[in-house]
Amino acid sequence: MAKEQLVSVKVNGREREAYVEPRLLLVHFIRESLQLTGTHIGCDTSHCGACTVLLNGKTVKSCTMFAVQADGGEILTVEGLMQGANLHPLQEGFRQEHGLQCGFCTPGMLMSSYALLHNNPKPSEEEIRRGISGNLCRCTGYQNIVGAVQYASAKMAEADKAKMAEEVAK
Amino acid sequence: MIHKTSPEIGGMGHPIKRKEDLRFIQGKGNYVDDVKLPGMVYGQMVRSPYAHARLKSINAEKAKKLPGVLAVITGEDLAKANLAWMPTLSHDKQMVLATGKVLFQSQEVAFVVAEDRYTAADAAELVEVEYEELPVLVDPHKALEPGAPLLREDREQKDNHIFHWEVGDRQATEQVFQKAPVKTSVHAFFPRCHPAPLETCGCVADFSRATGRLTIYMTSQAPHAHRTVFALVGGIPENNIRVISPDIGGGFGNKVPVYPGYVCAIVASLTLGVPVKWIETRSENLQSTGFARDYHMTAEIAADRDGKMQALRVKTLADHGAFNAAAQPTKFPAGLFSICTGSYEYPTAFCEVDGVYTNKAPGGIAYRCSFRVTEAAYLIERAVDVLALDLKMDPAELRRKNFIPPEKFPYKSSLGWTYDSGSYEPAMNIALEKIGYKELRKEQEEKRKKGELMGIGISSFTEIVGAGPAHSFDILGIKMFDSCEIRIHPTGKAMARMGTKSQGQGHETTYAQIVAQELGIPAADVTIEEGDTDTAPYGLGTYASRSTPTSGAATAVAARKIRDKAKKIAAYLLECNENDLEWEPGKFFVKGSPSTAKTIQEIAFAAYTNIPPGLEAGLEAVDYYDPPNLTFPFGTYVCVVDIDKGTGEVKVRRFIAVDDCGNIINPMIVEGQIHGGLTEGLAIAFMQQIDYDESGNIQGGSFQDYLLPTAVETPHWETDKTCTPSPHHPFGAKGVGESPNVGSPAAFVNAVVDALSHLGVKHIDMPITPWKVWNVLKEKGVA
Repeated sequence: MAKEQLVSVKVNGREREAYVEPRLLLVHFIRESLQLTGTHIGCDTSHCGACTVLLNGKTVKSCTMFAVQADGGEILTVEGLMQGANLHPLQEGFRQEHGLQCGFCTPGMLMSSYALLHNNPKPSEEEIRRGISGNLCRCTGYQNIVGAVQYASAKMAEADKAKMAEEVAK
Repeated sequence: MIHKTSPEIGGMGHPIKRKEDLRFIQGKGNYVDDVKLPGMVYGQMVRSPYAHARLKSINAEKAKKLPGVLAVITGEDLAKANLAWMPTLSHDKQMVLATGKVLFQSQEVAFVVAEDRYTAADAAELVEVEYEELPVLVDPHKALEPGAPLLREDREQKDNHIFHWEVGDRQATEQVFQKAPVKTSVHAFFPRCHPAPLETCGCVADFSRATGRLTIYMTSQAPHAHRTVFALVGGIPENNIRVISPDIGGGFGNKVPVYPGYVCAIVASLTLGVPVKWIETRSENLQSTGFARDYHMTAEIAADRDGKMQALRVKTLADHGAFNAAAQPTKFPAGLFSICTGSYEYPTAFCEVDGVYTNKAPGGIAYRCSFRVTEAAYLIERAVDVLALDLKMDPAELRRKNFIPPEKFPYKSSLGWTYDSGSYEPAMNIALEKIGYKELRKEQEEKRKKGELMGIGISSFTEIVGAGPAHSFDILGIKMFDSCEIRIHPTGKAMARMGTKSQGQGHETTYAQIVAQELGIPAADVTIEEGDTDTAPYGLGTYASRSTPTSGAATAVAARKIRDKAKKIAAYLLECNENDLEWEPGKFFVKGSPSTAKTIQEIAFAAYTNIPPGLEAGLEAVDYYDPPNLTFPFGTYVCVVDIDKGTGEVKVRRFIAVDDCGNIINPMIVEGQIHGGLTEGLAIAFMQQIDYDESGNIQGGSFQDYLLPTAVETPHWETDKTCTPSPHHPFGAKGVGESPNVGSPAAFVNAVVDALSHLGVKHIDMPITPWKVWNVLKEKGVA
């Protein structure tokens, strides 16, 4: 075993650090060192996307990189989606539109959708389908996941509008 | 008629949001790999690179010397405890770890245990195994030839034949065929595929030396049955085994069998006295755990010139791989394949199946399917289309002419099943109308003139699910009943437990709705728990669309037992005669005086605080439900495809699914099940295959080459329904999870063949890849 190295990251807004083997995969670091088990592992060839998290604002499949490569970075996992005591509009959308069944792909789907809406707040159905095409789901047939992202997109637009109106009123 | 409850109660028919979602969308599910126990260590399999080889020696010295390695277990070690082999669910046995020889690539050869995952994987690489290669059999036809290499030397029978099974009247069928004016046949291979739930299989085995108890957290669709298997095979008293099936990341039949990894983790925990986690990788999952299908089928139909079917004859060669580990009821070696007469009235039929061994992974599991029903539905729906081509008849008309008419239900099929209820034509009519069938046929004619390729495929399937009546159905002798226990707490809230186990089907919601329907307690106030054998009543688990037909029925019956007692309590509280009371969901009231009433919550409180003389305290019931018959969901699916002549690529333009699963508990969940099943059907028709080369090397052993559809390849699904309740089920439901996967492959393939039929194409085997289509086009001179 090679000498352990210190990895410091900001995860869901909190500074975390741990000594790890240099070859430790980021997904194992998240799941086992940090005990955030919402991020899942569904394959060994980086096809399924269940391990998707955001690193410095961009989606990564956390099974395809080492924890040491994330050193100094900022990570967002499914556990960091809640907005205080409220569900994120995406989480709400997945529930309202029946966008999940077994729940195993859901965290990865949520993170990919989160990045998609961040870059493209009003995606078309085709854009959503392309945006989540790095994530496999065996239960839903994707249709209700598309619906969930559309739900969130509309909710977030509404919230933005309300915020703007509030500012104008000030 | 089902009494419609208010949305607040949320009984049958309400599309209420799922209770289980809240933890999943927050990343707070608890799957097996999330279980972390103090002192837990990790197991890793060493697997065979060869498909058939003599095992000369295993040298684990280097592995054992690696710091952190705790044990290396081999087949010889297991043999000392009489555990080198274990029974399968199909009268066969299977090696846990190889002794003597290996019979398929990736077979389990040794189990390494180490302090962490990475060390275990390193150590597995250091185990030196010496093999001597043997001739490999991958073609089941060749496996039956005289002089074929003998695969299973452990058996008394010295050939590769496993079983012959037949049903129906061979002679009468032969006679009809001799005289029939029209005979048609199709050879259809249903390729080997794998359910590939997104979560792989795994477990944490935790044996406590202090208490003598063994707790196994495992990816199990049938925790109670697995507990009994472990007790019988391992000799551990069953009261000292607790199986916990936590959240399961999809099953689709993959998590029904007992796999060597579970057994090895248990042995390791018993040996080391610490918890042992074993989680297979995706590649291990695809390469070694239960495959599905691999049926080489021939169907022949005898018919009149006007298309009236007279007889069906089916002959099938079933490739079971190295061990017959098919997960199915004991008396049915080919599962419920004899549903192959489908939705049609066949006066006479005969069906035979032969099972053989090959050098492939063991299995034959029911992949989103009630035991070989998918193979049967695909075959008959394919054969009917070929008959239509031979007769130059419209495939919809041919079906219409031969459907079992609604007045003949309950219908006794010539292969011995009694269909509970059905009304096939309305479902087909809706599907054809919605898709615009007539217009599409016109469009097709126009397109053909222009040399463009489009096709319309119909599949009017009938399923057989909900195993099953105890007189015929058992697994390892255990009858296939299922169960429910309901407890009403003093404050009127309820807890219910079942012998089944959800893997994403939404049981926590739908079972709560059944309780809500029957007792009027809001579904929100009913907690459902499954998967812990210490607390849930015994049951055979969730597969074969059996949860609603069995445990769902048990839930209704248990709730009705509670209602009977509640009525006695209400009569006591209202100081009236029981016979003067009437029920509406949520309360008993005095006939003619609706305001003189006691709610179920008031009654529950009284059951603990103001107990009527002569009655036991409490408000609980258990029911073990033995279904009187199976249920027979059905539907018609229509698919429209366009084919690119340049590339051979098939694009699904539209797909409409009209399903009839009887009375519906939660329409949102039913629709979700249909979307998911159709997507798996699409995958089977166009993408998924576990193939082998001549040396027995797996093609399709990882997600790199076992293709699953993403959101991009998956079309938009359109759904609709008819409702023909099951006459024998307590609330008329039939089960739905598998219908779309059973019914859709034929719709896709029929559509592709329909697009090419004018070129003389009658059949193409799945998976229909662009390469395959392009070759057909090239051969026909149109590419």
